[in-house]
Amino acid sequence: MEFNSRVPAGPIDQKWDRHRFDLKLINPANKRKHEIIVVGSGLAGASAAATLAELGYNVRCFTYHDSPRRAHSIAAQGGINAAKNYQNDGDSIYRLFYDTVKGGDFRSREANVYRLAQVSVNIIDQCAAQGVPFGREYGGSLANRSFGGAQVSRTFYARGQTGQQLLIGAYQALQRQVAAGKVKMVCRREMLDVIVVDGHAKGIVTRDLVTGEIFSDTAEAVVLGTGGYANAYYLSTNAMACNVTAAWRAYRRGAAFSNPCYTQIHPTCIPAAGDYQSKLTLMSESLRNDGRIWVPKKQGDDRAAAQIGEDERDYYLERFYPSFGNLSPRDISSRRAKEMVDAGHGVGELTNGVYLDFEDAIGRLGQDVIAERYGNLFEMYERITGEDPYKVPMRIYPAPHYTMGGTWVDYNLMSTIPGLFVIGEANFSDHGANRLGASALMQGLADGYFVLPYTIGDYLARPAVKVPAPADAVCRAVEDDVRDRVKRLLGAGGKRTADSFHRELGMTLWNSCGMARTEASLKDGIQKISALRQEFWRDVKVPGRGEELNQALETAGRVADFFELAELMCRDALERTESCGAHYREEFRTDEGEAQRDDENFTHVAAWEFMGDDEPARRHIEPLNFENVPLTQRSYK
Amino acid sequence: MNLTLHVWRQAGPSAPGKLVTYAAKDISSHASFLEMLDIVNEQLIESGDEPIAFEHDCREGICGACGLVVSGTPHGPKMATTTCQLHMRVFKDGDQIWIEPFRAKGFPILKDLIVDRSAFDRIIQAGGYISVNTGSAVDANVVPVPKAVSEKAMDAAACIGCGACVAACPNASAMLFTAAKASHLGRLPQGEPERFTRASAMVAQMDEEGFGSCTNHGACQNACPKRISVDTIARLNRDLLRAKLNE
Repeated sequence: MEFNSRVPAGPIDQKWDRHRFDLKLINPANKRKHEIIVVGSGLAGASAAATLAELGYNVRCFTYHDSPRRAHSIAAQGGINAAKNYQNDGDSIYRLFYDTVKGGDFRSREANVYRLAQVSVNIIDQCAAQGVPFGREYGGSLANRSFGGAQVSRTFYARGQTGQQLLIGAYQALQRQVAAGKVKMVCRREMLDVIVVDGHAKGIVTRDLVTGEIFSDTAEAVVLGTGGYANAYYLSTNAMACNVTAAWRAYRRGAAFSNPCYTQIHPTCIPAAGDYQSKLTLMSESLRNDGRIWVPKKQGDDRAAAQIGEDERDYYLERFYPSFGNLSPRDISSRRAKEMVDAGHGVGELTNGVYLDFEDAIGRLGQDVIAERYGNLFEMYERITGEDPYKVPMRIYPAPHYTMGGTWVDYNLMSTIPGLFVIGEANFSDHGANRLGASALMQGLADGYFVLPYTIGDYLARPAVKVPAPADAVCRAVEDDVRDRVKRLLGAGGKRTADSFHRELGMTLWNSCGMARTEASLKDGIQKISALRQEFWRDVKVPGRGEELNQALETAGRVADFFELAELMCRDALERTESCGAHYREEFRTDEGEAQRDDENFTHVAAWEFMGDDEPARRHIEPLNFENVPLTQRSYK
Repeated sequence: MNLTLHVWRQAGPSAPGKLVTYAAKDISSHASFLEMLDIVNEQLIESGDEPIAFEHDCREGICGACGLVVSGTPHGPKMATTTCQLHMRVFKDGDQIWIEPFRAKGFPILKDLIVDRSAFDRIIQAGGYISVNTGSAVDANVVPVPKAVSEKAMDAAACIGCGACVAACPNASAMLFTAAKASHLGRLPQGEPERFTRASAMVAQMDEEGFGSCTNHGACQNACPKRISVDTIARLNRDLLRAKLNE
């Protein structure tokens, strides 16, 4: 398998411009003769579908939701980064690029990251023009906040609902193209396979979630904007339906999957309350701007927070990292919280959290200012926990949140299956081993609005394979595979629900390949996951029929794919015998407990090739070159 | 706590439906309402019955997918709270709870508690956007937006498209949903050029979808989990009048 990143030559700040010039164009009159399928309608999918349609292409956009507006991008709270330097605090494209490469612990592709920083400024312009109600200063200009991992204020926000507002902007642009007849929106349809013809992706097979019918749809190119896989852990901040199925089915058809072990554990989530917990809720990282994180110095201290004196509190992030303090990057903040809880300093009824305290900020700024900044988050916290964070500190704990790994793509965002493009969280390319806060929204929209619409043209302009008709044998064969799988799930005839398997898988994965990993935990995880997967296929119980709305069947199909992915996550983590960013192997750490990279042996992307059900996946390498940002040990002291 | 649930079951769009009674046992007061339903569903599957179909996704009160009428009130008894954010501590041990779908002509039932809300998408398609192509935007700070205007636009933009306003309205009107979008976009200078055509096109589509007209009951505002104000409807009505005058 070939891993040519197709990064253009030339100085970093000229690569994208030169590349855009070198890409083949399709003249406006011909664009309407091209058909493109977009799967997913989140920030990446919706922005790509809308933009492609504006350019003149005919687009079909698929989502398993009832409406494109439900995609999980909607839940992003804090903000979106852009190198506007509106605050005059020394920001620049180069600084955003530098921070992102460093934040990713030198495991991302420099050229992709630079391009991301470049187009970040266009995103804000585009969104403002669409009517995204960003936070403003009294003079009418855009406001910014600072965010973890950065020392400049470059984060644009719409209260604590930035993802919602950006998604609504993209959704509206998409609906405008639906009205114009350029996008056909196909809702309540789940992609269950890719149609590959002579090595090229030429369509997808989907299941209608209302009638259960299986369909083939074909086009010249397929774009996946299907999100990340953090739900492999069962408990995560992802929405309940988030899954890896689209990307995984593509992997099984030949699209290499990269760095599955890079999973971001977000430091500020509400701790689990009981074993019935169905998901974890994020509290925006922006809270760390004003909140101070602490635990009682004394182990097992079960007094109420108010009774613990100032000198009895350990503001451990401020102590470990004086210059970044409570704004230290996510991976570091999460790890330290785990250490504190593991060492017996946890707070709350289940001693499974640390405090995020606003007492100082309320004293300094007043409750009104805090309410204006974070009011909706405070309300949400109170609804879930029954505690008032204006009066008692929040309890937080890390939770799986985002996945930096994903389908391998080249500089054009094309996977190892020509014609299959992957955008947003679903691809692996821009965040390295750790994503900085407010960069996910930036990447999703960069890919969808400003990168893919150019690069896909280059593929479409070089027709290599004829698009099959949905009734052709090549499509029928894939449909049969999908039907067989549905039948197997329905016919397993076991006793346990798919959900209960998912819960057990999640716990196993969290213990073996979570915030900290060891060789032993990973080997143990691989064994347990494999055994549990076999048990799943023997003992899963899926009620109802295939030809109807059947939510239990949907869940079972997704869980089945999570099993295979989880095993690969562990294998990837096992093979990467270093620590980097969010991938923390306990055997590889500095004297101060930070991640210890092995640049000599691991300055590369791992890309896994599917070799069949009976043979282990094959690990390939794409070397990473750092020509602009020198490799250094990250320091946030 | 132990509860008795009366749940609307309906096999398909044209099948007859009825309320079926279930027991929910040993539920923690910290559990969310939907987690309580998860527990009931696990038991239903294990005992060979069909689980209750209900729509949900983010469980953070932002995606707008969930929406149940809980004992007669869309999203249940707690103000400004989606069904997924409702927690069992608002109920008492031994309570009887009636669980029904959002009912409206514009929201046909698909199965059990799941309704088809695609009419909302078509209302947006009629004009709920600002016509600007990717790449043609000016620098974001070129158009200043007074903070107060931006905040008001944000208040309206907070709509999650759940449809509780329709379910609560005695006329099953979608006026609050439509007005929220018209208000969000029409207040901003970027949305001003299409303000009046947008308002009339969206309302015309709302009518076509079979939603009723607004007669100022205000039930929508009480049911709205995002506290969208009926002031947006007053504003939409003014815009409609201006649209007529502009014709």
